[in-house]
Amino acid sequence: MKRILLAALSLALAGGLLPAAPAGKMIQIKGSDTMVNLVQILAEDYMGKTPGAAIAVLGGGSGTGITGLINRTCDIASHSREWKPKEIEQAWKKGVTPKLFVVAVDGLSIVVNEKNPIDQLTMAQVGALYRGEIKSWKALGGSPKPVSLYGRQSNSGTYVFMQEFVLGNKNYSADMKEMNGNAQIVEGILQDEGAVGYVGVGYLYDENHRIRKGLKVLKISREPNGDGFLPTDRAAVESGAYPVSRPLYLATDGRPKGDAARFLSWIVGPEGQAIVEREGFFTIGGGKYKASNDRNFQ
Amino acid sequence: MRKKKRNDLKEAAIGAFFFTSGILAVLVLIGIFLTLLATAVPAFREIPVGKFFGHSRWDPTSPEKAEYGLLSMIASTLLVTAGALLLAVPIGIAVAAYLSDVAPWRVREVLKPVVEILAGIPSVVVGFLGLVLFGPALARLFHTANGLNALNGSILLAVMSLPTIISISEDSLNAVPKAYSEASLALGASRWQTLVRVKLPAALSGIVAAVMLGLGRAIGETMTVLMATGNARSFPRGLLSSVRTMTADIAIELGEAPYFTTHYYALFAIGLVLFVMTFAVNLAADVVLRRYQERER
Repeated sequence: MKRILLAALSLALAGGLLPAAPAGKMIQIKGSDTMVNLVQILAEDYMGKTPGAAIAVLGGGSGTGITGLINRTCDIASHSREWKPKEIEQAWKKGVTPKLFVVAVDGLSIVVNEKNPIDQLTMAQVGALYRGEIKSWKALGGSPKPVSLYGRQSNSGTYVFMQEFVLGNKNYSADMKEMNGNAQIVEGILQDEGAVGYVGVGYLYDENHRIRKGLKVLKISREPNGDGFLPTDRAAVESGAYPVSRPLYLATDGRPKGDAARFLSWIVGPEGQAIVEREGFFTIGGGKYKASNDRNFQ
Repeated sequence: MRKKKRNDLKEAAIGAFFFTSGILAVLVLIGIFLTLLATAVPAFREIPVGKFFGHSRWDPTSPEKAEYGLLSMIASTLLVTAGALLLAVPIGIAVAAYLSDVAPWRVREVLKPVVEILAGIPSVVVGFLGLVLFGPALARLFHTANGLNALNGSILLAVMSLPTIISISEDSLNAVPKAYSEASLALGASRWQTLVRVKLPAALSGIVAAVMLGLGRAIGETMTVLMATGNARSFPRGLLSSVRTMTADIAIELGEAPYFTTHYYALFAIGLVLFVMTFAVNLAADVVLRRYQERER
């Protein structure tokens, strides 16, 4: 994280101090902490291949990025949730017309300790767990251990996504432990046999690209008697059969032009998508996301 | 004659420089207080004061209904701090007494700098230790599911406030006039009796001040508790429940709260509550310390 900030800072400095650089203007990208690693790696790779391109990437949370685009303090906002109606309204008021591009798909995975006998849950059950309506794993057919909830903090796009998408816009249980990042949730679950947590798929693997020892990723089904799918199943995420998946966006003010347009079309192209996959996210595939991207480029 | 005049001028300039430096700290303090006050007060246009201090549910970003009840966080902060003091005060005073009265010169010369280095460990590092080391250990010890609770925060804050408590207590023990202990020893009291019945009472106000400064440190610490206590919003049910302190809440939410909204003002109101608490503690420490110095004169 620090390394990324430092890189972004030095880029920002370099951009500010060297106005003679051939590219002219630097592209500022701000927003989602879930996406900051991915976007930074995409930017570094793109800059390595494109002489003169200058891109600075900052985190801060999806809300920060969207506010940045509305207030014109960044050129591209990265966000892992949809725009709220209030934000769209603010954007229109300021004459900003956001154009959204899906650059990757994130499968949020529901994870428990490997000692937990449960393998599959429905969306409704996950929601009930996080609303605090189910206090013991026994109610779900597990061992009589108390449920201990792990989640992100309210400044995280993942927190908001879960709340809207899985909890049905209801309050989180007040007993949820609010951890300072995906990695801390994983640390918590590894120690806690009654734990359940939600993290991005990128955080499930160890350095050998295997699921970390001590974690169990749950199958999730949309309907009570439906088939469950794993977030690590590419086909299930891309087809939308895995229910807890979400598109990750980069948004511009109006149709992208110049450097920003070239960078965006490189990301959704084969080279960018190969990096997306390598970083543990899912590619956008050839379906509805590609269609909406193509529409917004024109 | 001319030389004298130049010297006078120099004197005046130096005097003015020191006066400005001295007054600067006061101005900064007043400035911070006024800014805090001005940004905190608008919160109460929408949040009734009774609700802010009397309700225990805090959820400003709730999709159902925004709630601004600070009670659980005040309780959590006090709980974690009280736990920290319970651990740090006996240990701190014992170490101070050991350093001033028992330890051989050589041990003292090593131990004192070590204690002072302890104060320099960054709070994130202490917090990380709480997350991966103390947490699992506490979970095993108390047979709880996890160790992200108030007790974990208390232990870490105790570690962080120990240097302050030890170092100031030791100074005040050393400041007890030699005649006191010599008289006590001459009357046939043992070294233990001299320490407990003569030196500690004589140094008491200094020790109280040390404890209060340690307390101020513990109340205001953020990163450590943010990482180690789990940050659950519910009202604390004891030292083994996961708690969210006021400092942790500000750190979590301030980055995301849109400017000039009730949420934003409410976070500054929490800041004001914290400021008043630490200010009161520091002021009390100062008063106690002054009384002690006057008596010694």
